[in-house]
Amino acid sequence: MAWTWFHRLASPPHVYALATRLTPWFAWPAAALIVAGLYAGLVLAPPDYQQGDGFRIIYVHAPSAWMSLMVYVTMASAAAVGLIWRMKVAHAVAASCAPIGASFTVAALVTGSLWGRPMWGTYWEWDPRLTSELILLFLYLGYMALRSAIDEVQRADRASALLAVVGVVNVPIIHYSVLWWNSLHQAPSVMKLAKPEMPAAMLLPLLMMLAGFTLYFGALLLVRLRGEILRRERSASWIREALTE
Amino acid sequence: MSTSALQAARLILARDLRLALRKRGQVVQPLAFFAIVTTLFPLAISPELARLREIASGVLWVAALLASLLALEFLFRDDAHDGTLEQYALSGQSLTWLIFAKTSAHWLLTGLPLAVMAPLAGLSLGVPYAAVPGIIIPIALGTLVLSLIGAIGAALTLGVRRSGVLLTLLTLPLAMPVLIFGAQATDLAIRGATFAAPLYLLSAMAVLGVTLAPLAASAAVRISLE
Repeated sequence: MAWTWFHRLASPPHVYALATRLTPWFAWPAAALIVAGLYAGLVLAPPDYQQGDGFRIIYVHAPSAWMSLMVYVTMASAAAVGLIWRMKVAHAVAASCAPIGASFTVAALVTGSLWGRPMWGTYWEWDPRLTSELILLFLYLGYMALRSAIDEVQRADRASALLAVVGVVNVPIIHYSVLWWNSLHQAPSVMKLAKPEMPAAMLLPLLMMLAGFTLYFGALLLVRLRGEILRRERSASWIREALTE
Repeated sequence: MSTSALQAARLILARDLRLALRKRGQVVQPLAFFAIVTTLFPLAISPELARLREIASGVLWVAALLASLLALEFLFRDDAHDGTLEQYALSGQSLTWLIFAKTSAHWLLTGLPLAVMAPLAGLSLGVPYAAVPGIIIPIALGTLVLSLIGAIGAALTLGVRRSGVLLTLLTLPLAMPVLIFGAQATDLAIRGATFAAPLYLLSAMAVLGVTLAPLAASAAVRISLE
């Protein structure tokens, strides 16, 4: 009884309907939070005493970086569920996550290097966090490449799921090795700013953006998931009913 | 069912070694590749030994990484083609042990020879004699981890056409920690410093790889055989 909700998640028509119903519940709050967060962050928050207005890119950069990791973990969890319980829908979730995660990673890298230009004096610095973000992008690309290289859907699902799980075991190792790699080399010559405690006027918009981005990811995932389910189930009879409704 | 998993693994190890000794090309090719790549750097950068010594560790490691990656394609390919791999999966023996044996054989045939040959290339790049252990030990350990990680990638790309580039894309990001600490160990050795710290981390990765990678690789083989 308690597990019926879980078992019902294995049924594509049920999940398709659920995703259709839930999408606005994610999309609208996401839009509201992002608009409010952007206004609070770009207009209301005071300029940083060292970085001036340049720091404001944090309101896009930090949430993107946060999402790039969160999406990977979501993808790997969905992949693990798919591997363990052989749930087709879980594989569809994992497959829908990858392009979103890769986009967030690219956004984090681009905003990071745009910020680096005025602050560090260079677009690219072999900073540990930038580097591990880049490796994360490669992990996403590898996952998508493997998925597209295998024609048979089920095998592509299971093979890429295993890769995602192996990747998630490796992500912390990669992160710390990159961290130690850089600290053992010479210290970055450009000035790095020590992180002071953020005043509430700066922190609050950031939290709003974080929540907004998370909900935005939820909405995107639901939309992509519906597309993925439609593609996978294109020969099923329930699709006709669902689409003519 | 009289053979134990360990016996079966030992038999496969012996078989793979014997096969490789009869078909020497697969053993020699990565070594030749390694030699050629390390020769390219002096030509591209400068014949000055002082400059070459600066980058020697990186050159050796990247070349070793690519050479052992190149060899990974052979790891399962022939056995998958003629159905041997399928028989392993059906044999009732623990596939994890059998894959571990195959991976070990692969390392003995590519990683270890690379580690033995690397100091030669290193000396030609101006590395002092004292640094030779600092080349052999980290590269031997590092290629072991690479073989283990690579086995997962090789198993996942089994049925894929033109899998070479894909295998690279899958394996290299996972292998970066090995490169970081391996190259660091060798670099420290070249500078005459003690290289124990990165070596410990490399050993930790080897332990983790030995315990976990065969599990993932055998699961990948099963997926590819489905």
